[in-house]
Amino acid sequence: MARVLLRNLNKHYETFHAVKDVDLEIQDREFVVLVGPSGCGKTTTLRMIAGLEAITSGEILIGDTVVNEMPPMDRDIAMVFQNYALYPHMSVRDNMAFGLKMRKFERAEIDRRVKIASDILGIEALLHRKPRQLSGGQRQRVALGRAIVRNPQVFLFDEPLSNLDAKLRVQMRVELKKLHERLGTTAVYVTHDQVEAMTLGDRVVVMKDGWVQQVGDPLELYNNPANKFVAGFIGSPGMNFAAVTIERDGDALWAANPGMRVRVPDAIVTRLGPHSGRAATLGIRPEDLHIAGPADDAGHCFDAHVEVVERLGSEILLDVSVGPSSMVASVPPTVRTKMHETIRLALDPERLHFFDAETEAAI
Amino acid sequence: MTTSPGHPATGPATGVARDDSEGMDYLMSLPRRTVTVYLPLLCFLIVLLFPFYWMGLTSVKPNEELIDRSLNPWWVVDPTIAHYFHLIVNTDYPLWMWNTMVVAVSATLLSIVASVMAAYAIVRIRYSGSRWVGGMIFMAYLVPPSILFIPLALVVFQYGLFDSPMALILTYPTILIPFSTWLLMGYFKSIPYELEECALIDGASRWQILTRIVLPLSVPGIISAGIFAFTLCWNEFIYALVFISSSENKTVPVAVLSELVEGDIYHWGPLMAGALLGSVPVCIVYSFFVEHYVSSMTGAVKE
Repeated sequence: MARVLLRNLNKHYETFHAVKDVDLEIQDREFVVLVGPSGCGKTTTLRMIAGLEAITSGEILIGDTVVNEMPPMDRDIAMVFQNYALYPHMSVRDNMAFGLKMRKFERAEIDRRVKIASDILGIEALLHRKPRQLSGGQRQRVALGRAIVRNPQVFLFDEPLSNLDAKLRVQMRVELKKLHERLGTTAVYVTHDQVEAMTLGDRVVVMKDGWVQQVGDPLELYNNPANKFVAGFIGSPGMNFAAVTIERDGDALWAANPGMRVRVPDAIVTRLGPHSGRAATLGIRPEDLHIAGPADDAGHCFDAHVEVVERLGSEILLDVSVGPSSMVASVPPTVRTKMHETIRLALDPERLHFFDAETEAAI
Repeated sequence: MTTSPGHPATGPATGVARDDSEGMDYLMSLPRRTVTVYLPLLCFLIVLLFPFYWMGLTSVKPNEELIDRSLNPWWVVDPTIAHYFHLIVNTDYPLWMWNTMVVAVSATLLSIVASVMAAYAIVRIRYSGSRWVGGMIFMAYLVPPSILFIPLALVVFQYGLFDSPMALILTYPTILIPFSTWLLMGYFKSIPYELEECALIDGASRWQILTRIVLPLSVPGIISAGIFAFTLCWNEFIYALVFISSSENKTVPVAVLSELVEGDIYHWGPLMAGALLGSVPVCIVYSFFVEHYVSSMTGAVKE
């Protein structure tokens, strides 16, 4: 077990700058998730840690050793691939034992480790089967088992759950979490699924276009996104955005556009002050909107035209238009409303986010 | 964070397994199947097997029947094995078979070993110009042997290999390697990259990856390359004709023609017997490996 340190890491393909100045410290026993849309450089970063991709500039340390020039086999890592990468011509047992055989472990030790790993994963009955005789979930377990028997310093996961169907994915997610709890091995996990990232990660690294956008624990990303991208990426359904102008009215600040006029809460007036008279982006999560009641301050309410009603059982998602912008509001299933109605929505002023219109950074 | 079950953002990208036999329903009724499948198959079969029938027939016809025009040419009245007897006892035929076998097996082994390494290097080792090298190797396959044999003859003479089996064993790979390499390149490409990366992380060297992961998965591809190479060696005519002169070193295709035809006299019986016997080993090889051959042509590595 070891920490992993990325220092000013860069990756250039011929004309493409895939990973840009990534600095990251992954603590011993920590589970860190790299998340972002496809092409954001997360997989490339992982492959550089694994040693499958050459580093253009910067440094990677595993433990206290710089591993830039070290071949993958000497880095003491284990990787789980998206398509499992099980050796089709070998039985499950041989698949799990292969890495140990290559490292010249003794027969008895190999058997012992395979036994322990298959016990943990509940695949003892499958040891003699070939990969093609296994279901997707079982293959995933074998791939995990192959990583576990090696007892490496770091686990690397490259979208290991994305080939599974939705139900199994949720189940394996929970098992992965338990497994990490039990083994405590440092893990770096790549996914494009923000739900996976939020549920699995001790810390989550959001990436876009090769840049790290924000690093933080899941709730921090959710509550205090560093910029508009992170705000929209984390959370499901994503945060609503509206282009507004910040207007000063005496001591108060108002965020206004043709469809709404919202009073900026006192707590952030000072921060937003320098932006008065300029354009900004207002952000509010669907779950922070509700049907306006008598208790709501008029300065936090606005009219919305209902366009689509999505009944999900545990909640209702209202797709509404507010002036020029469209929004989604998540309301309790007891709310009765129909398409094309106009309703009055209120927002939770404590949960308002503002982003610079040009840099998109949080204000 | 709540996950809203079934919401599009968390929804699955489920692939539905489909049966490719859809659209082949017209094969279900017998009359249709007869017209669309069996009849064309029958035509193929007749066209393909007729030469063998003719060879077999001629090889068991006594000489009198062979030249008698009044008899039914499609049948034999009084079959004989005299031609086979003559071929095996009075000529060097067993020796020619042995020569052909030695040359074909050696040249095939040599070519497959070279092709496996070349194809693997071109497909999986990243170096500048790998694509270019692959293209050039295939271009080499397009140069006809009937042009190459003149310069090759010079080389063979220079090295003192003329009229020895080595002349053929070393020149056949010039035809075999390009095609086998090209065929194996396609096969190696179908093996997922991740398997090798995984083996790399597991601690296997390049050589171990090749021998323990790639080769076991490429057996069908290697077999089909081997069958192709073996067949080509077995049937090869022009190099064998040019590079070998003495009867005891000849291979079957050349020997049958040069030793069993005297001037303008064609000894049809032994000639056909020799041709028929000569095609037996290739048939045996095919019958053993036909399933691998087909699977390597139609499918890739299944995980």
